[in-house]
Amino acid sequence: MNVLEFTFLIWTGSLLAGFLGALTGLGGGVVLVPLLTLVFKVDFRYAIGASLVSVIATSSGSAAAYVKEGFSNIRIGMFLEIATTLGALLGAYLTAKVPASALAVILGVVLIYSAFAARRTRPRTETPDPPDPLATKLKMNGTFPDTSGVRSYNVYRVPAGFCIMFGAGAISGLLGIGSGALKVVAMDQAMKIPFKVSTTTSNFMIGVTAAASAGVYLSRGYIDPALAMPVMLGVLIGSLMGTRVLVKTQTKLLRLVFSGVIVLLGLQMVFKGLHGGF
Amino acid sequence: MRPREVDEVKLEHRIANLLRLGVVLSAFVVISGAIMYVGFHPLSRVSYRTFQGEPDELKTAHGVVRYAFSGNAKGIMQLGLLLLIATPIARVISSAVAFAIEGDKMYLLFTLLVLAVLLYSLFGSFLIV
Repeated sequence: MNVLEFTFLIWTGSLLAGFLGALTGLGGGVVLVPLLTLVFKVDFRYAIGASLVSVIATSSGSAAAYVKEGFSNIRIGMFLEIATTLGALLGAYLTAKVPASALAVILGVVLIYSAFAARRTRPRTETPDPPDPLATKLKMNGTFPDTSGVRSYNVYRVPAGFCIMFGAGAISGLLGIGSGALKVVAMDQAMKIPFKVSTTTSNFMIGVTAAASAGVYLSRGYIDPALAMPVMLGVLIGSLMGTRVLVKTQTKLLRLVFSGVIVLLGLQMVFKGLHGGF
Repeated sequence: MRPREVDEVKLEHRIANLLRLGVVLSAFVVISGAIMYVGFHPLSRVSYRTFQGEPDELKTAHGVVRYAFSGNAKGIMQLGLLLLIATPIARVISSAVAFAIEGDKMYLLFTLLVLAVLLYSLFGSFLIV
C-alpha cells in the first residue's frame, strides 16, 4: 500500500472504532490493536504504540466534559493514579520482555472480559454503611449531580481498590490500552463508588496512566508518527462524534453487535497468539 | 457554598479547559505534519509488518523538538503526539499547584508522586529500556 491509501484506510477504521466505542460505551481503544494487527498486518509493538497515544487523546477529550459536569472525583483519581502510573511503568517495562504472542493472548482475554464486564453493576444498598475511616482520612467521600439534586457517597475498601488499580495500570502499559473496564471494577465493585462517578473518574485517569507508559514506549521506538497520526485523529474525531450523536433506539442493538465484534476479535487474538501468529 | 467548594469547582473548570486546549493544540500540530507528510510523498510504499524501531531523533523529547523545528514532517507529527503526552502531565502539575494553594499537604504529596513517575517515564526511562 502507498502512504495515501494506508493513511486513509487506517484513519477510517479508527474513526469507526472510536465512534462505535463512544456510542456503545465500550471504548474504541480496545479494538485498535486487533484492528491494526489482524486487519492491517501491523507489527504488535507499533500497534500498541499508536493505540496508547490515541487512548490519551480520547481520555483527555472526553474527560474535559465530565470534569465540568462535576461527575469525576479529582481526589480519588489523583490518589489512585499513584497505583496506575506505577503499574503502567511496570507494564511498559515488561512489554519488551514478554513475547508478542503471549501479549496477544492476554489482550484477547482482556477484550472478551471487557465485552461482558462493562454493564455489570453491583446492587444498590438502601442504607449506606458508616463511612470508612481510611477513605475519610483521605478525603475521598464526595457528591455528584443527580436527577434529584446533589447526591453524596462514601468510599470503601481503599487498599483493595489501590491494588486492582496497580493491575489495571500494568495491563494498560503492557498492551497499550486504557483498561477502563478494570478501573471501573476497582472503583465500582471494590470501592463502592457510584457507577457514574466510577466511569467518569476512570476516564479521567486513563490519560495520566497512559502518559506514564508513553514515555517508555517513545524511547523504545514503538510510537511511529506516520502510523499513530491517522489512528489518533480517527479515534479522536470518531469518539467526539459518538458522544454527540444520540441514537437511543438503536444503541442497544449496536451495543450487542459491537460486543460480538469485540469477542470475535478477542478470540482471534487468543487463537493467533497460541499458534504463534505474532 | 463553602469557600473550599468554590475553589474546587474553579479547579475542575481549569482542568477541563487545560485538557481541551492540550488535545486541540496537539491535533492541530499533528494535522499540520500530516498534510506535509501525505502531501510530499503520497505514493511511497509503507509497511509496518516488521518492527524496526524509530530513528533516534524520534525517540526522545528533545530529539523530537529539534527534528520538528528542522521542518521534518514526521518530526512535526511526533511533536504533536508529544504535546498530547504532555497534556496529562500539565494536568497533574495544575492539580499540584491547586493543592499547594489550598494547603492540602497530603494531596500535594500524592500529586508530586504521580508527577515524578510521569517525568521519569518521559525523561529517564531510557535508563531501564
